[in-house]
Amino acid sequence: MELLRNTNIDFMGLRKISFIISGIVAIVGILGVIAIGRGTANMGIDFSGGIAMQVKFAQPVTTQGVRDALGKGGIHEVELQEITGGNQILVKMHKSVKSAQNVEDALKQNLAGNAFTVESSTEIGPSIGEKLKKDTLIAVALSMLGIILYIAWRFDFKFGVGAVVATMHDVLAMIAVFYVLHKEVNILLITAVLTIAGYSLTDTVVVFDRIRENMHKSLKDPMFIIFNRSINETLSRTIITSVTTFLSAVSLYLFGGEVINDFAFALVVGVLVATYSSIFVASPIVALWEKSSEAPEAKAA
Amino acid sequence: MKGYTWRISLILIFIIASFVYLTPTLVDTLPSWWSGLLPKDKIHLGLDLQGGTHLVMGVETEKAVEGSLDLIATDLEDSLTQQNLRYKSIARVGNDKVQLTLYDRGSADAAQALIKKKYPDMQILPATDEGGFIGMQVRINEKEAQVRKDRAVAQALETIRNRIDQFGVSEPVIQREGLTNIVVQLPGIKDPKRAIDLIGKTARLEFKLVDETINAATASASSIPADDELLYEKRSDAATGAVSETPIVVKRKAIITGDLLTDAQIRIDSQYNQPYVAIDFNSTGARLFDQVTAANVGKRFAIVLDNNVYSAPVIRERISGGSAQISGSFTEKEAADLAIVLRAGSLPAPVKILQNVTVGPSLGKDSIHKGLMAGLIGVLLVVGFMAIYYKLCGMVANFGMVLNILFLMGALSALGATLTLPGIAAIVLLVGMSVDSNVLIFERIREELRLGKTPHAALDSGYDKAFLTIMDSHVTALITAAVLFQFGTGPVKGFAVSLSLGIIINLFTSLVSTKVIFDAYLERANVKRLSI
Repeated sequence: MELLRNTNIDFMGLRKISFIISGIVAIVGILGVIAIGRGTANMGIDFSGGIAMQVKFAQPVTTQGVRDALGKGGIHEVELQEITGGNQILVKMHKSVKSAQNVEDALKQNLAGNAFTVESSTEIGPSIGEKLKKDTLIAVALSMLGIILYIAWRFDFKFGVGAVVATMHDVLAMIAVFYVLHKEVNILLITAVLTIAGYSLTDTVVVFDRIRENMHKSLKDPMFIIFNRSINETLSRTIITSVTTFLSAVSLYLFGGEVINDFAFALVVGVLVATYSSIFVASPIVALWEKSSEAPEAKAA
Repeated sequence: MKGYTWRISLILIFIIASFVYLTPTLVDTLPSWWSGLLPKDKIHLGLDLQGGTHLVMGVETEKAVEGSLDLIATDLEDSLTQQNLRYKSIARVGNDKVQLTLYDRGSADAAQALIKKKYPDMQILPATDEGGFIGMQVRINEKEAQVRKDRAVAQALETIRNRIDQFGVSEPVIQREGLTNIVVQLPGIKDPKRAIDLIGKTARLEFKLVDETINAATASASSIPADDELLYEKRSDAATGAVSETPIVVKRKAIITGDLLTDAQIRIDSQYNQPYVAIDFNSTGARLFDQVTAANVGKRFAIVLDNNVYSAPVIRERISGGSAQISGSFTEKEAADLAIVLRAGSLPAPVKILQNVTVGPSLGKDSIHKGLMAGLIGVLLVVGFMAIYYKLCGMVANFGMVLNILFLMGALSALGATLTLPGIAAIVLLVGMSVDSNVLIFERIREELRLGKTPHAALDSGYDKAFLTIMDSHVTALITAAVLFQFGTGPVKGFAVSLSLGIIINLFTSLVSTKVIFDAYLERANVKRLSI
C-alpha cells in the first residue's frame, strides 16, 4: 500500500501561512513560559511545593462534599479534582501549612460514613521545588546546546539554527497547549517536552539529510525547488513514522491510566507539532537563509 | 552464504540471554537447578509500581555544630572547676561561638591557655571588658564546622540504616544526596507513618534529675533558675485517646545520656500487662547510674527523650548492676519502636522531611496493569498498520520491533535497572518510534525500485543510503535522553533509562537483525518482486 506517492506539494509556498500560525503558537508558548516562571500557571507540587493526595472512597463522593469536609477540618485552600474510575479524588494544596495527616483526619471526622484509602500521597518541601526548577532550566539548556553542537558538526551552522528553532517551536507549542488548557506543569511534562525535542530533531534531521543530498546532486536548481523536492521525497517517511509513534502515544493516552494521562497527552501533542515543524518550520528557515546568501552571487554573475 | 552466520548467531545469543534474564520475572517459582548459576533477580520495579515510600530528609547540620559547641561549653565548665578557676558563666552563643565570662584578668589568661591546649583548632577572639567582668569568645573555624556537619550527615545515614535494618524492610535504599540530604526508599512498606516516625526521630535520650524545689504547676520558662528547664510529660489515655500534659521542672544538665546504652529491649510488665523498654548501660553508664541513684534516693529521676518526659519515677533505692527500665503510656508497637531507636542510637542532629512520596500497593498494581494494556494495544496497532502498509516487509519490521522490546526488557533485567511507570511509557513510545529506521529503509527501497533496480540492488542501496540518516536520528534522540538521565530522579530516571537503552538496542536491531532476514531471503530465492 502506498498513500503518498510522488507528491509535489509546494511547502515553501505555504511558508507565509505556516509562519503566521507558528508565530502565534510561539507567542502563546512564551506567555506560558512567563506564567511558569512567575508561578501563575497551573504548577505541579513538585515545582511549587505542597501536598497531593489521591484518595479512594468506598462510596461515591462529590468534590463539593470533600471540600465541605475539609473546610470543617480547617483546610480551605485546596484544589480538588475527580479521577475517572472508582470514586477517586485528587486533593492538592500548594505551600500548605497542613500535612497529609491533617487531610486524612479531616476526612475521617467529617465524612464518617464513607471509608477511604489513600492510594498515594506526595509531600514536597519548598526547597526541593526550587532545586528542581534550577535543574530543569539546566537540563533544557544542556539539551539545546547538545543539539546545536551536533547539528552544527554534522551539517552547518544554518541547519543547526534551523533545527534549534524548529525544536524550540515544538517546546513552546507544547507549553502553549498546556497553558491554554490549564493543564498541570510538572516534572513529567518537562520529561515529555525533552523527549519530543529529541523526536522532533530526528524528524528534522531526516529532512535535512535529504536536502543536503539533493543539493549535492543538482547544484543548479534554485533553493526552493531543492527544498520542496526533498520534503516531498521524505514526506512519506515523515508521515508513516508519525503515524506509528502517534498510535503508541494515543494508546498510552487512552489506556495508560490516570497517573500518566497528562504525560501521554503531552506526547500526543508533541508528535503532531514535531511533524509539522520539521516540514513547515525548520526547512523554510534554512531555505530563506540559503537563498538570501546566494542572491548577491547571482546578481554578480 | 557467508557473512550472515555470525549475525544470526549473535541474534540468537541475545534472544536466549534475554529470555534467561527475564525468566525470574515471568516465572513464579524457579526450579531448584536454576538458582546456582543463572540470574534469579526479577526486573526491579520502581516505588510507583510496587508501592512504597520515597523520602528525602534534610539533616539540620547547623544543630550538629551547635551540639558540639554545647559539649565544649560543658567540658570547659568541668575543666575550669577542676583547676579551681572561678567563672561567672560559660555558654554557647549563636551557632559558632562559646562565650566565657570570668571575674578577673588572671583567670581569663589561665582559661585562654587551657583552651589553647585542649582545643587548638578553636579561634580565641580578643577578651573584652564587660562591666567589670572579662568576656571571652571562642569560635569554631569554618573548616572544622564543615567537617562536623559532614560527619553529622554520615552518622545520621548510618543510624537511619541501622534503624531500618532493625525495623525490617526488604531492599531499602539509603543514600546521601548532596551536602545535607539523605534519600530513603522503602519498597512495599505497609505502615509508612510508623516507619517515618521511627526514622525521623532524633532519639536523644537523657536522664535528668527533677528539681523538687520548684512548683512545676505554676512555673514558666522565665521564672525558673537558669540551670533548670521546663519540660512536659505527655500521657495519652488508652481508652479515650485524650492527651494530657504535665509540666515538670528538671535540671538542665543531663546526668546520663543515650550513648551510654548497650542494649534496649521491649518487655511486658506481667502485673499490669503494660509494655516497657528494658535498657542496659555500659560500664561508665552503670557506674554513673549507681552513683546518682545512691546520692538521690527519694528524689525523682526524669527520663527524657527529645525533650519530652517519658516518665519521672521516684528513686526508691540505689540501683547498681547497670540496667533500668523506661515505662510510659505507650502501645506495644511504640515500645518496640522506642527500643529500636535506642539500640540504633540517636541522630547527631535533627532531620526534617523535605519530600515524602508514598504510593499504595493497589495503585502500583493498577499502573502496571494499565501500562501493559497500553503497550499491548500500541503493539497491535503498529503491527497491524505496518503489515497493511508494507506487507511482508512490514512483518519483518514488526519482527524487529518485537525483538527490540525483548532485548530492552532483557537488558533492563540484566543491568538491574529500575522500571517505573514513565519507563513503561517509554517502552510503549519506542514501539512506535522503533519502526522508524525500517520505514526510512523501506521508503528508500521503494524509491530505488521505482528507478528500476532489482530487489537485491534496491535493498542494498536502500540500506546504504539510509545508514547515515539512521545514525543521525539515533544520536540526536540520545542527546536528550542522556540529559534526562542526568537530571532526572525516580520515575523520570526510569523513563530516561528505558528510552536510552531502547534507542541503542534499536540501532542494533534495525541495522543487523532485520537486515539479516532480508539478506538470507534474497540469497536463498531468486526474488523477482519484493513484497513492500
